[in-house]
Parts: sequence; C-alpha cells; structure tokens
Amino acid sequence: MMEPTAYLLLSGILFGIGVAGVVARKNALIILMSVEIMLNAVNVAFIAVGSHLGDPTGSIFAFMVMTVAAAEAAVGLAILIAIFRLKETIDITELSVLKW
Amino acid sequence: MVTGILDYIWLVPALPLLGVLLNGAIALFCERPLLLAEAAHGDGGHGHGDAHTVDKAHGTHSLGPSSLGTSAPVGEGHGASPAPYRKLVAFIGPAVVGAAFVVSVLAVLALAARPAHDRFFVQVLFPWIQAGGFSAPAALQLDPLSSVMILVVTGVGFLIHVYSAGYMSHEKAFARYFVYLNLFTFAMLTLVLGSNYLVMFVGWEGVGLCSYLLIGYWYEKKSASDAGKKAFIVNRIGDFGFMLGVFLIFWTFGTVNYTEVFAKVPFLSSSGVLTTEIATAITLLLFIGAIGKSAQIPLYVWLPDAMEGPTPVSALIHAATMVTAGVYMVARSNALFLLSPVSMGVVATVGAATAIFSATIGITQNDIKRVLAYSTVSQLGYMFLACGVGAFTAGIFHLMTHAFFKALLFLGSGSVIHALSGEQDMRKMGSLKKHLPITFTTMFIATLAIAGIPGLSGFFSKDEILWKAFSSEHGHIALWAVAALAAGITAFYMFRLVFLTFFGESRMEPEVEKHVHESPYSMTVPLMLLAVLSVVGGWIGIPEVLKGHNYFEEWLAPVFSHGAAGAHGAAHHPVALELGLMAGSVAVALCGIGLAYYLYRVRTNKPKEIAEAVPGLYDVVLNKYYVDEIYDFLFVRRIVNGSIVLWQAFDVAFIDGIVNGIASAVRGAGEGVRRLQTGVVGNYAFSLLLGAVLLVGYILTR
Repeated sequence: MMEPTAYLLLSGILFGIGVAGVVARKNALIILMSVEIMLNAVNVAFIAVGSHLGDPTGSIFAFMVMTVAAAEAAVGLAILIAIFRLKETIDITELSVLKW
Repeated sequence: MVTGILDYIWLVPALPLLGVLLNGAIALFCERPLLLAEAAHGDGGHGHGDAHTVDKAHGTHSLGPSSLGTSAPVGEGHGASPAPYRKLVAFIGPAVVGAAFVVSVLAVLALAARPAHDRFFVQVLFPWIQAGGFSAPAALQLDPLSSVMILVVTGVGFLIHVYSAGYMSHEKAFARYFVYLNLFTFAMLTLVLGSNYLVMFVGWEGVGLCSYLLIGYWYEKKSASDAGKKAFIVNRIGDFGFMLGVFLIFWTFGTVNYTEVFAKVPFLSSSGVLTTEIATAITLLLFIGAIGKSAQIPLYVWLPDAMEGPTPVSALIHAATMVTAGVYMVARSNALFLLSPVSMGVVATVGAATAIFSATIGITQNDIKRVLAYSTVSQLGYMFLACGVGAFTAGIFHLMTHAFFKALLFLGSGSVIHALSGEQDMRKMGSLKKHLPITFTTMFIATLAIAGIPGLSGFFSKDEILWKAFSSEHGHIALWAVAALAAGITAFYMFRLVFLTFFGESRMEPEVEKHVHESPYSMTVPLMLLAVLSVVGGWIGIPEVLKGHNYFEEWLAPVFSHGAAGAHGAAHHPVALELGLMAGSVAVALCGIGLAYYLYRVRTNKPKEIAEAVPGLYDVVLNKYYVDEIYDFLFVRRIVNGSIVLWQAFDVAFIDGIVNGIASAVRGAGEGVRRLQTGVVGNYAFSLLLGAVLLVGYILTR
C-alpha cells in the first residue's frame, strides 16, 4: 500500500489556497471558486486515505461531496447572477446590507 | 327529642349564609346589570349624586322635582313600579335571620331543659386544620354564654333587618346592602358559636370585613370610604394583638379549643408551666384585640367615624353586636384573665377611662349619630369595667340590655333622620315630639333605660356593674366613682339629645319641616318591639337586694364558675350599702337629667354662655380632645412620610435601580457588540476560520 503523505500534503496546500481565496478576495465568483478548491482538497484527502486503508468509503464520500458541490455551485451561481442583476456588482465589500 | 334540635345548631350560621348566596346571586345577576345600564344612560351620575348624600337618599324625593325624577326608576315609594327582585331581597334578607332566630330559641330552650352542669353542647362540622398533634375542628359550641349571644345577634339582628327593608327601600344598591348585612350576621354567629379561638378568629375577621364594607356602603362619598378604611386599619392593629395572643395560647397549651384550654388551666398553673407572667401576656394580647374591635382607648377612634354607614348598620354592627365581640371574647377567656391581676386591672382601668372619656365627648357633639356613637364607646367601657372587676356576668348582662336600648336609640335616630330628609344636626331639629309620636315614645324609653332609671333594663345591668366595681375583690372605690360620674354624664347627654331633638321650638329648615312624617310600619314596629325589650330585658337579672332573683347570673354560672369569687365578695358588704349605692347612682342619673332639663329646656341660652365662658375647654372637648389630630401627627403622618421615603429610596432607587440597571447594562453591551456584524461576508468567513482553527488546535493539544 502506498503512503498517503504526499497526497495529504497536496490536499493541505489546496485547502490553504482555497481558504486564502475565501478570506482575501472580494469577488464573489472567485470566492465561490475557492470554496470549490477547498471541497476538492477534501476529496483528495478522502480518496488518498481510503485507498491507503483499502476502504471504499473514502471514494464514496468523494462522490457524495462532488454531488453536493455541483448542487451548491448551481445555487451559488444562480444567486450571484440575481445579485449582479440587482446591484450591477459582485464585490462583497459593497454587498454589506445585512449589518448593524 | 331534647338533643334533636341541638343537632341542627349548624342551621343558625348556615341560614344567614344561605341568605348571602341568594341575595348575592340577585345582586350580581339582577341588580348589577341594572345599575350599570342606568349609569350607561348618563343619568347615573346624577342618580349616584342622590344616593351618596347618605341618609338623605330617602328624603330627596321631597326636596325637588329634579331629584324625584332621577330616583324614581328604583324607588318604591315614588309610585313607579319597583324592580321585582327588590321585594324578593326584602323578604329573603330578614327571613333567613328570622329563621335563624327561631332555631336559636328552640336550641336554647333545649339547652335550658338540661340540668345546669350539663348545659354544654359541641357539634363538630368537619376537621378543619390538622397538623401533628394540633387540631382545630370547625365546630360549634352552644353553652349559656354563646346562647345569650346568638339570641341577641339573631333577635336584634332580625328586627334591624326588617327595619332596613323599610329604611333602605330607596337605595339603588338594595341587594348589595342585604348581602353585606346577611354576611355580617353569618360572621358574627360564627364568632360567638365557634368552639375554638381559630373559628372565633374567622368570625372576628368576617365581621371586620362586613363592617368595612357597610361603613363604605356609600363608597362614592369620600368621607364614607375613608371611614371604612380607618375602621379596617385600626381594627388590624387590634387583630394583630389577638393573633399573637392565640399563638401564645397554642404555644402554652398546645391547643386552641376552649374546653381543652380552660380544662388545662388549673393543672398547668399549679405545675408552673402557666406562670402569671404568661397569663398576663396572653390576656393583654387578647385584650389588645378586644380594644380594637370594641373601640376602647386608645383604638376607639374608628367607631365615631363609622357613623358614615347607613343608620341600621350603626345600630346592628356598631352598637348592638360586633363591637361587643371584644367583651364576649374577654368573658369567654375569663379563666385566663382571672389568673392575672395585672390584666384584670388593665381591663378595668381602660374600661372606666373609656367610659368617662367618651361620655364627656358626647356632651358637646351636635350630630345625633355621633352622640350615640360616643355613648356606645362609653357603654362598652362599662362592660370592660365589669369584666375587669371579675363581674363577667354583669358585663354580658349589660351587653345584652345595651344591645336592646342602643339598637333602639340608633334606629330611632334613623327614623328621625329619615323624617328630616337626612338632617343629622341636632341644632336643626326640635319639637319633633308631635310629628313623630312613636319614634319619640320609643326613643324616650331607651333614653330612660340608658340613663339608669329604676325598673328599666339599663338600670339593673348598669347598677350591677357599679356595685361590682365597688364591692368585688378586683374592684376599687375609684373605679366606682368614675363609673358613677360617667353614668351621670350619660344621663345628661342623652337627655340633651332628647330635649334638642324632640322638645322646644322647631329649628328645622322650613323646606324640611314641610315634609316631616312618621316612618312606615316596617320601621316603627321594630322600634316598638325593641322598646318593650328595653323595658323588660333587665327583669331577668334583678339583684337579690331588690327582692328579685338573678336568673341571668344563674344561667351563666356554669361558664363563669371561676368568676364566682367576685360575686361572693359581695357577701361581705351589708345590704344597706348596696341599696345606698344604688340610690346614689340613681341620684347621680337624676342630677344629670335635671341639669339637662335646666340647660336645654329652662335656660336654653345657658349652654352657649357656658361654652363662651370656658372657650378653651369647650373647643378641646368639641374637637374630641384632638385625639384624631394627635394620632394623625404621631402615627399617620410618620407612617405616610416613612412610606414616602421607602417608596422613593427603596422602591424607586433600589428595586427599580436593579431592574433598570440590568436592562441598561445589557443594552450597553449590545450597543458595543453589534459592531461585530459588519455585513461583509469575508469577515464572517474569517471568524469561521478562526473558530475552526481554535477548535482543531484544542483537539490536537488536548
């Protein structure tokens, strides 16, 4: 059985990139994409560990996450389009109506 | 057969309670909607204006067409058809009390048929309070003492209920009045029939409540509602003492049932548990209760103000029955009082002081009912004097005769007020003898009785008290002297009342004089019956020296066996002395009458001259020795000011401070913390990340 260290390292790096994107960027579309990177980072970890342990559950979970990610991307993009039609912007610093 | 009727003794208080329920239903479901509808139609305001001119309510119809119009819808005497429920109420109210009287008479006759030592009957209705070894059943006790009381309460009460049906017939809240009056009768019967101090306390509080309700019957009038509150508050002070007394009885004896308490007295006092000090404490605390309820110095101030209530109420509650509850309670507890010479001395001294103190106030009052109110306070003082010298029989005897003649005097004054369209000021009366023959005759008889003219009831009972005050081992010549002087003053002010009211020239307002009329039969018949009782009521207690037989003393002997010492003390004194003192007290009374005749019939301008000769003294007495003002300054102001301090310093600053402080602290915190909600999604994502990092870090380093 192969060692999962390298995959886990890759997963960590991808997750870090995703987090950095979510926290640092202002464009909602980029943030959504960063979230997708985070989800796929987790998928990499699932599959690597699943294959390391010889347990198919990891792969099953990865498929599950992909489904959810697809649905989430559809809803998220739909919302973004609706916001853009209304505000003509998707800069989240300008979309701060829900505050004190 | 003999005990047959005694098993129905529960009917005596139950019948008035039935009246309360029936009349209460009528008052709530018939009368109240009617009155509310009337008030809603707008003429209610005017109508209430009539109603709260106290006793004038009846007379207003004769004063002008406008008032006739407003009171016509409910007034029977105005020709308009009365609401049908009023006849029902006027029947139920007196009928239940009359039925209770019949049951009482039968029960007392059954009791009298038994041998003297066996005249005692207890009926346990249900176990009321049971906790450990303590038990206070709801039980009724019929013995010679309580039988006297229930006969007085139901008998005089019945006559006053009948009188009320006539006197109050023009009141809007007719059913409400009879609810209160029936409730009072129920509470008073509970008080006197209860077989332990707790049941007595229930009745004690019940009569206090009814007194408050009835004094404030015309609650739209401020002075009436104030008088009601005053009576209630002053009574609470006394009730507090009474409660402490009962607690101390329970602490000492472990029970509050009369029979058990009094049975334990000899044993506990010989074994040293019941010391004289404890007996003194118990009896003085009980006596504080009696002072409040029976209007003695220093708590008498509520009774004159209680005259704001309807006159039949003054007759029933504030003369004949409720105010004598204190005397009954002291007499009931005679076994305890006799253990403490200090308490006996206090009771006798307070009684004598009250007798003379309020009698002097009675001289100067001009309101006919106030004179009678101070007279009542004074006569109650006599009863306590009798109890204080160990002559409990004489006290109860005077209680009974006083109930007859003082109820008669009040009802008579009610008849006068009724005839004069609500006028109560004796300076605006006079010459009523020819207009009100029945009222005059009956009131004159009562006046002779209270003045102590030989042959009438008041003479026998008052003379018994004077003699015992002198001769009993607890007595003192000073007590006798004070009481005899008070008797003279009583005769003086009562005849002043009669002369000012019924004799001389008319000083009535011309408008009022046109409508003077004798009262209807429903009012005069009770007057006549009470007049008969005022005459013959004393004949059951004619002392031995007058070749009579004191049946009354014999009847009460089983209850007051401990008190017999006082009676036997008399044996050491020669008969001539007793007769001499008797003649002396009659002479004092005649002097009082003579003085009244001289001042108010012969030299009618003399009283004014005397008043002007000693203006300071006259003003002091006219203003009731400024006792109300002194109390107001010493206690009422202090308490009100203290309450204001508490209100502003404690309630507003402290309690409200805590509540409002917490609220504003939370508000301030929220004011600061809400800045965290920036609305920028990135910030939220960052805090999410921060939380996740902290959580993972915590799990890893654990």
